[in-house]
Amino acid sequence: MIDTSLKQLSADLAAKKFSSVELTGAYLDRIEANDAAINAFITVDPDVSLAQARAADERIARGEAQPLTGIPVAHKDIWCAKGWRTTCGSRMLENFRSPYDAHVIQRFNEAGAVNLGKTNMDEFAMGSSNETSFFGPVRNPWDTACVPGGSSGGSAAAVAAALAPAATGTDTGGSIRQPAALCGVSGLKPTYGLVSRYGMIAFASSLDQGGPLAKSAEDLALVLDTMVGFDARDSTSLERSAEEYARMLEEPLQGLRIGLPKEYFGEGMSADVRKSVDEAIDEYRKLGATTVDVELPASELSVPAYYVIAPAEASSNLSRYDGVRYGYRAENYDDLLDMYCKTRAQGFGAEVKRRILIGTYVLSHGYYDAYYLQAQRIRRLVARDFAQAFEHCDVIMSPTSPSTAFRIGDRTADPVQMYLSDIYTIAANLAGLPGISIPCGLDGAGLPVGLQIIGNYFSEARMLNVANVYQKQTDWHLRKSPVASN
Amino acid sequence: MSLTLDDVKRVAMLARIEVTDSESEQILEQFDGIFKLIEQMQSVDTTGIEPMSHAQDVVARLRSDAVTATDEHELFQSVAPEVEADLYLVPKVIE
Repeated sequence: MIDTSLKQLSADLAAKKFSSVELTGAYLDRIEANDAAINAFITVDPDVSLAQARAADERIARGEAQPLTGIPVAHKDIWCAKGWRTTCGSRMLENFRSPYDAHVIQRFNEAGAVNLGKTNMDEFAMGSSNETSFFGPVRNPWDTACVPGGSSGGSAAAVAAALAPAATGTDTGGSIRQPAALCGVSGLKPTYGLVSRYGMIAFASSLDQGGPLAKSAEDLALVLDTMVGFDARDSTSLERSAEEYARMLEEPLQGLRIGLPKEYFGEGMSADVRKSVDEAIDEYRKLGATTVDVELPASELSVPAYYVIAPAEASSNLSRYDGVRYGYRAENYDDLLDMYCKTRAQGFGAEVKRRILIGTYVLSHGYYDAYYLQAQRIRRLVARDFAQAFEHCDVIMSPTSPSTAFRIGDRTADPVQMYLSDIYTIAANLAGLPGISIPCGLDGAGLPVGLQIIGNYFSEARMLNVANVYQKQTDWHLRKSPVASN
Repeated sequence: MSLTLDDVKRVAMLARIEVTDSESEQILEQFDGIFKLIEQMQSVDTTGIEPMSHAQDVVARLRSDAVTATDEHELFQSVAPEVEADLYLVPKVIE
């Protein structure tokens, strides 16, 4: 049952081939046996998970099952889940037990899914390697000396190591797509506004968006159905009628127009990545797609613009961690100001502090126009480039990441080098567009390569179709990491 | 433009984060590289471009003026570092 698709798991549960308690137990056993080597989970609570599984089995017996009823799903530890420790990868929230459920967690609970545990992540989702977590780095199941990517690295590694059939993540600058690429799994960042941010611990509110990670596009569609939905408690949640994201999965790709931005195929990309992505695009041509060159000139400034906008919003969002209402408080201090300063100095790690300081600086008196407003104007240019490109194509394809998984410790000394890991993913966040990463090859060292598919607003069903038809022709998404075979 | 150690200390105070001298020096060094990256933004002329603050053209949603939230202060205060008589406790600020 471990290598099975979600659809098949759902059918097997309905047919009583096995129960949710057995399925959940099998995954809990795999976590117990393998997670010491991967560190994908921050919190596992077998009693709670198995109680949810028992309730799911009763629901299935009553004939009231939905597609995800009884299916265990791991959640990035950024989602508040009532009663669960919710740390966001930080010492600041090391002992925070959420008093409420995020909208997304509520949706999974209503669907009867089982919460398999909370996955490791870069602290407050700030990182591209999962090395900034207070709970230690996550290791890539393909090579445990390498990073899994970040910030949803625990979720990506959990799926890649077969410790969970599917997981949730969040993506502010590539945090679903980049770890999906580095771990050889499929991951989708939806159009901004489709998935409620209520109860999702905020990093950069105008960019943050939750989404699924799973083994295939077909599985992503099923999880996405549960994650998407209007929520009045998130002021940016969009009111749209419900879609079934799997509805177009099998449609032929004849006539599909793929845009190839030259800015995404330039210097800085490894030769192995280039080769795999070129081969994937050739495969799409065989499937009846045509390719067209498009231009996204402002994308080259998306990394600098992002490293103004995201830290600026983070500096504001993270001001809430003051040691007063929840979370960590320093033990020794002289007065209120000293309590704030020591609490935040001790509660936050180096990367989070760095970004708060960048954000505070760019928003400070005299610098606002030069940095924040300029970044927002570039953001407009990035979005316009995409709008023009989508007049000539249906989807845009590129590598997800310029390199495959790098070694733990390799990029920690140089923040700029780390920031450039997200060079191909950030522009979609600035524009608010949906993006998918699917496995499309292995490099010389046997590490996965990801293909990024960016679509127009609300074109998730079509993008999943584009990903699924490729996955029906190729087997990259079926390749298993060594840990998954244990 | 280049930042100074005093800039770093001033910003850290604004952000309410205590930094030691050696931390400030390390941050300053890293800021050098990061702001070189950020300064690339100045290479484009954006005169007349409207700043984009948000991914969607959203407007604030209005709702009817009805009570929707229930009082759950005990639950929410149960995760606070220090509470007494329904109040969050902080060090004394007025002598």
